Amino acid sequence: MSQANKIYFEDRSIVTPGDLIAEGEFQVPWSPYYYKVNGKYYSGITGLITVKDGSMFEVIPLESSRYYPKVGDTIIGLVEDIEIYGWVIDIKSFYSAYLPASSLLGRPISPGEDVRRYLDVGDYVIAKIEAFDRTISPVLTVKGKGLGRIPLGTVMDIMPVKVPRVIGKNRSMIEVLTSESGCEIFVAQNGRIHIKCANNLIEEALIEAINIIQSESHTKGLTERIRNFLKQKLGVIRNDSAPKTEANT
Amino acid sequence: MIQLQKPKLILENGLRTDGRKLDELRPIKIELGVLKNADGSAIFEMGNTKVIAAVYGPKEMHPRHLALPDKASLRVRYHMTPFSTDERKNPAPSRREIELSKVIREALESTILLNLFPRTVIDIFMEVLQADAGTRLVALMAASMALADAGIPMRDLIAGVAVGKADGSLVLDLNEQEDMWGEADMPIAVLPSLGQVVLLQLNGFMTPDEFRRAFELAQKGISSIYALQKEALKNKYLEYKEE
Repeated sequence: MSQANKIYFEDRSIVTPGDLIAEGEFQVPWSPYYYKVNGKYYSGITGLITVKDGSMFEVIPLESSRYYPKVGDTIIGLVEDIEIYGWVIDIKSFYSAYLPASSLLGRPISPGEDVRRYLDVGDYVIAKIEAFDRTISPVLTVKGKGLGRIPLGTVMDIMPVKVPRVIGKNRSMIEVLTSESGCEIFVAQNGRIHIKCANNLIEEALIEAINIIQSESHTKGLTERIRNFLKQKLGVIRNDSAPKTEANT
Repeated sequence: MIQLQKPKLILENGLRTDGRKLDELRPIKIELGVLKNADGSAIFEMGNTKVIAAVYGPKEMHPRHLALPDKASLRVRYHMTPFSTDERKNPAPSRREIELSKVIREALESTILLNLFPRTVIDIFMEVLQADAGTRLVALMAASMALADAGIPMRDLIAGVAVGKADGSLVLDLNEQEDMWGEADMPIAVLPSLGQVVLLQLNGFMTPDEFRRAFELAQKGISSIYALQKEALKNKYLEYKEE
């Protein structure tokens, strides 16, 4: 193409709906967050724009309480309802997902069997999205390592669009969270986080840290700030609880 | 306050009854995320007109058979609170409110990227807290800000303003008196970046030449409203950035 490709925004600036992002032909993947008319790319949401070497751009939304399902994503679902052959699962999306009982049991369900014995309303499951497109609601599967019902721990909710920030570049943020707190953390793509901590105080500090990440996700130097926050917070807790643990042993 | 006689709308000094110039907007205030339970919400104030809007969704449509197979449906309610007017307004939806809900829905349908969410529904509620001319446009803008707050993808924000004719001269952003006693009232709402009109109504009389000039005047007002809307959206995040 003879016309020059032009991006009108600098890296890490904020765009609002209707902002002209770029003009020309770009090899950018499809995204619901921008659209193209007559060779012009416009933003569809309030978001943060990242520009890579002047030829690629990406719009990261700052707001959105719902998850856009994608086949292959690992998600944490909440059992919402029970049907004859499976469960209706809330995945924080605009569609409810369906988990067939045969996926959990590894065999077809026998007539008259009560699936409530295996999963009940209010249970959390880690599952993978097996099928989803515009015409059918997401279908889940729990076949695979680490998938299935969550027996213990805490599940917290964040905005699904903040998941990449909680994980961080090359898992830097999640590394900080796990190493500083010593908790087991699993971040699912749909904005639910499964936490297993040694005690409640650490858990509370960790949840506070994750909430900070959520509200300040667009700022710079956040990973270091979170590290300091956890160090300070957990230092106090460890000092306070040290005598108690000794008494227990 | 009930006036029985037409007041002078343009005073001797060339200003309007509320002291504005002919092409001056009323002061605008925008607040985002005012409701905890809604996915997105906004309060939009323009002079004495004040509207709160809330957005819920996209979510699954119940009953299922009403869902559209290829796109999201919109359910829009424009409503005036009983205390929004001089005399108590009956809270039951009036003919006028049903019609305004429809024109607002059609304006919003042209900006929201509905085809991204087939089989779902987006609920939008607008409550007029205080009415002083121009409620349909303030409601529409409040809804578009609430949608942006909810993170629902759309083509553009909607900005709109009314132009009218008072005592023979064109005026921007009518107030209650000009609305009641003026010769014409034309609300216009557009998608400013794309240059598309999404709502245009005309009450009264204008010559073709007046219509053209009124449209240009509206565009001038719209561009300054649009700038304020963008600023409101960005301000939410700038607080943190400055730290």
